Amino acid sequence: MTTELIHPFTEAQVRPLAIGAAVTLTGMLYTGRDRLHKFLYEGGVPPVELRDGAIYHCGPVVVQDDGGAWRVVAAGPTTSIREEPYMAGIIERYGVRVVIGKGGMGPATREACRRCGCVYLQVVGGAAVSLARCIEQVRAVHFLDEFGATEAMWTLAVRGFEAVVAIDTHGRSLYDEVATASRRELERLLAR
Amino acid sequence: MTDLWTSTLLELIHRSSCDLPADIESELRRRQELEPAGSQARATLATMLENASLARSRQAPICQDTGTLTFYWHVPAGADVLPRLSQARVAVAEATRRGWLRRNTIDSLSGRSIDSNVAEGSPVFHVEQEARTDTLVWLLQKGGGCENMSRQYSLPDARLNAGRDLAGVRACVLDAAWQAQGHGCAPGVLGVCIGADRAEGYAAAKRQLLRPLADVAPEPELAALESRLLVDANELGIGPMGLSGRTTLLGVKLTARPRVPASFFVTVAYMCWACRRRGVRAQTADGRVVEWHG
Repeated sequence: MTTELIHPFTEAQVRPLAIGAAVTLTGMLYTGRDRLHKFLYEGGVPPVELRDGAIYHCGPVVVQDDGGAWRVVAAGPTTSIREEPYMAGIIERYGVRVVIGKGGMGPATREACRRCGCVYLQVVGGAAVSLARCIEQVRAVHFLDEFGATEAMWTLAVRGFEAVVAIDTHGRSLYDEVATASRRELERLLAR
Repeated sequence: MTDLWTSTLLELIHRSSCDLPADIESELRRRQELEPAGSQARATLATMLENASLARSRQAPICQDTGTLTFYWHVPAGADVLPRLSQARVAVAEATRRGWLRRNTIDSLSGRSIDSNVAEGSPVFHVEQEARTDTLVWLLQKGGGCENMSRQYSLPDARLNAGRDLAGVRACVLDAAWQAQGHGCAPGVLGVCIGADRAEGYAAAKRQLLRPLADVAPEPELAALESRLLVDANELGIGPMGLSGRTTLLGVKLTARPRVPASFFVTVAYMCWACRRRGVRAQTADGRVVEWHG
């Protein structure tokens, strides 16, 4: 069963979700990578309302047509763990409700998700064209000159953007479970 | 885009970035069938396959991280390669303009984007002169997510209880697969170099990623270890994107290099499932394509 999440993403929408659940997102996503996270963490003022919003760890491939309009060609997730030093602070300060990326995040983010009512969603790494297909429109771009096109904050209008809940609001993380189970397997293999 | 060499190199980038190699795609498909119906692993592999097919039909990059671009040139002895390198730079800038490559190059000091992707050191070139008449050039596109998961071990390693033998090498490779979890976009391909110094270890490990999945190391002991490691790693249960499953790796490619007595490095290059590699053999004089590889 797939849960449809519609922007603005409220606490009531995300609290019932459990790890492993399939969801789709419809509405606004804001991309952000290393530069944006550092900027926000250090107290920079976000150019958009992040409360009940979704941050997508993504640096898209964009092309600009002759009229100046942007089009996203490829938009898969980047590795989220790099934002671990910043993520919890950003969730808390700005009321971010959904974080999307790949590979999972650490204990600080997991705890912030539990406390503040935020979920971390995983999308398939490398599935850049499949995901770009769900983007209906590029609504805005911020920090294009300062951060460059890849690191800029893109406002993307998406429909039916598929993801899996990997860290829920109950303190559970799919990655912790896989890491623990695979650690046991590793020890068994190394003893052979 | 008037000269043929530039067009050939542009097409090389196009194919590499947008067209997943057939052997990778068929292995993803075969592995998908091995994952239980209704599992997250099976669904994830299905998304990867759907994406590969969409990228091909839309001529869009398979992954938005179009990676570090490394060109491996095999040129006739005595041929002037400098014009080829200039043409490759032109082709990279043009491929970026066309959206086949992301603006993916950052000045490490200023933090500014180098929008053309062309700078001193980008793309990367390795040139080898050989006794041949035509020119063979391979392109590898390796994204940052998987590059961050590459690692180097120095044996003996007390933590892994790994000594200076093939059992020690096996422990290092399995540890690297475990440490990567899903962060390198599993199922990955591992290129491994046993020996050499640190720098050549990374270079040789990365070069193994050009080998087709079906390719087997010529040394019998390495061939045996390659197949054993692949079976072992897929028992870890990490699965596609680290969400659990039977498919953690698609291949393990080993090579050995001489070392100095004091050093015993094991270097593991982690490549994501979007293993973008292409080769082209072309006429040295004008760049006319003779044959595509990969």
